[in-house]
Amino acid sequence: MSGTATTRRATPVSYAVIVALAILSLGPILVMIATSLKAKPEIFSGSFSLIFMPTLENYRAVLGDAQNARYLTNSLIVATVSTGLTLIFGCMAAYAIVRFRFFGRDVVSGGTLLMRMVPPAVLTVPVFMIWTYEFGFSNSLSGVILVYTAINLPFVIWILQSFIAQVPPALEEAARIDGANDFQVFFLVVLPMIKPGLAAAAIFTFRIAWNEFILALVLTNRFTRTMPVKVSLFINEHNIEWGQIMAIGTLIAIPPLVFTFLASRQIITGMTAGAVKG
Amino acid sequence: MPSRHGLNRASPYLFLAPAAAVALVGLVYPMLRSVWLSFHEWSIGTPPESARFVGLENYRWLLADDAFWVSVGVTMTFALAVVVLEVVLGVALALVLDRDLRGTSLFRTVFILPMMIAPIVVGLIWRFLYNEQFGPLSQLLKALGLPGVPWLSSPDMALVSVIIADVWQWTPFIFILALAALQGLPASAIEAARIDGATRWQTTLYIKLPLIAPVIAVAALLRLIDAFKVLEVIYILTEGGPGLSTEILSLHIYKTAFVSQQLGRASALSNLLLLIVLVLTVLLVLARSLRASRAGKE
Repeated sequence: MSGTATTRRATPVSYAVIVALAILSLGPILVMIATSLKAKPEIFSGSFSLIFMPTLENYRAVLGDAQNARYLTNSLIVATVSTGLTLIFGCMAAYAIVRFRFFGRDVVSGGTLLMRMVPPAVLTVPVFMIWTYEFGFSNSLSGVILVYTAINLPFVIWILQSFIAQVPPALEEAARIDGANDFQVFFLVVLPMIKPGLAAAAIFTFRIAWNEFILALVLTNRFTRTMPVKVSLFINEHNIEWGQIMAIGTLIAIPPLVFTFLASRQIITGMTAGAVKG
Repeated sequence: MPSRHGLNRASPYLFLAPAAAVALVGLVYPMLRSVWLSFHEWSIGTPPESARFVGLENYRWLLADDAFWVSVGVTMTFALAVVVLEVVLGVALALVLDRDLRGTSLFRTVFILPMMIAPIVVGLIWRFLYNEQFGPLSQLLKALGLPGVPWLSSPDMALVSVIIADVWQWTPFIFILALAALQGLPASAIEAARIDGATRWQTTLYIKLPLIAPVIAVAALLRLIDAFKVLEVIYILTEGGPGLSTEILSLHIYKTAFVSQQLGRASALSNLLLLIVLVLTVLLVLARSLRASRAGKE
C-alpha cells in the first residue's frame, strides 16, 4: 500500500467505489442488528427503516429462555475446548512436518491438504453411525468436540507450517547446544516465536467450531444442542419471530465480529497464506 | 552426542501422535466407514452389524435416480456461477482500487465481516432481506416502482437468490487476494511497459493480469472447493426448494440420510461428492506447484 512509483493516486471515484462496497458489505449485517432491536409491530409494518426506537425486548426474551442460555453455554464449551485441543495438537504436528525429515513425511503433508477439503456433509453419516453405535458418544458434547478438533486440525497444521518455517533454525540450534531436548526447544523456543500464527489459527478454528451447523445438528439432542442448531429449528416454525431470530443471529455473530475488528491483520494473513504463499 | 543436531529419531512421531490419533478417529476411520456403508443397506435404530451387504446397488440406484442428477446439475451451476462471478467482480474491483487509498486496512476489515459470520446467520439475514412482504429488498424495489421479485418462491429465481447471497459473502475473498497480488507486483515490469509506450489498458491486460493469474487460479480453485461444502445458507434460505431447484449435493446427502433415512445411499452419495472434491484438490496442488516453479524462475 505504500506508494511505489507505479501505484496510481486515489481519485474521488475510487473512494466512492470503496465506500459503496463497504455499505454493501455492512448493510445486510446492520439490517439484522437493527431488526433485533425492533419491537414486533415495527418489523412487520411493511416499511423497513433504520430509524426507530430501539428495544432490548427480543434479547430479554431470547436470553430469558433457560434453553437458550444452555445452548449458548454449549456453543461456548464446544468452541473453546475444541480450539484449545486443535491448537496444541496442530502446532506440534506442524513442527514435526516442518523441522524433521522422517519416513512418511510426504504422506502426512499431502494427507493434511486433502483432509482440509473434505465437506462436513460427507462426515455426517459415518460420524453419526460411529459416535452412536460404536463409541457411545451419542448426543454428548465430547463427541462434537472430537469431530470439530478433527476437521480443524488439517487447517491449523497447514497455516502454522509457514509460521514455523520462519523461525530461525539457529535459535533452536543454540537451545540444543545448551542441552534442551526436542520438546523443550519446541515449547520454550518455537512456540513463543509463533504467537501471531497461533492467534490467527485460534481465530479461524474458534470461528469454524462456533459457526458449525450440520454436524452439530446430527450429533446433538435437545440438551446438547448448540446455538446454530437452535436457530435452524426456530426459523422453520410457522410464525417466525423475526425480532428474536435476529437477536439470536446477532448473538451468534458477535464473537466473530469482535475478533475481526481486534485482529483483522492476522485474519487477512491467515486467509492469504493459503493462496499467496505456497 | 547422539547426532549433530541433537534430534531424537522418535521425536517427529511423538510430535505427530496426538494429531494423528484425532485425525484417524475423527476423519480417516469415518471415511473408511462411509465407503463400507455405501455397499450396505442400514437403517437408523439398528446396530451397524445388522446392515445388509448390497454390493454396488446403492451406486446403481443413485445413477438411475433423477433427483441425484438434478442435484448434480444444481451443484455444478451454483459452483461455477459463484466462482465466475466472484472472480470477475473481485479482480475487476482490485484493478480499479489498486491505488494509493487511505484507510485501506479499515475497508479490508469491513469487507471480511461477511466471511467471518456463521453461514447459518448469513442464511437468516438473506431470508429476511428476501421476504416478499416486509423484507427491505422488496421495499426497495417498490420504492423504485419496480415489480416484486419472487426471490425464494419461484424455482427459477431461488437458485439466483442463493447465488447472490454467496457472491455477497465471498467476493471480498477474491478481491483481497487479488489486491494483495497486484500490490506485490514488481514495479520494474510495469515501469518498463510504460516506457515502451503501453497504455494503462495494455499494461493491465498484458502485464498485470498474467502476473497475478497464478494467484487468482489458486484462489478460484479454493472457492470452487468451498462451493461444494456450502449447505447452511441454502438450508436456511430454501431447504433445497422450491421442488429440488436449490438442492445442492451436501443438502441432498443430509436429506437422503436423515429425512428419507437411506443411509447406504447417502454414503454412496457422500463418496461421489468426496471424489469430485478430491479431483479438484489434485488440480489445486498442480496449480500451486506450477505457481511455485514459475516464481522460482523469476
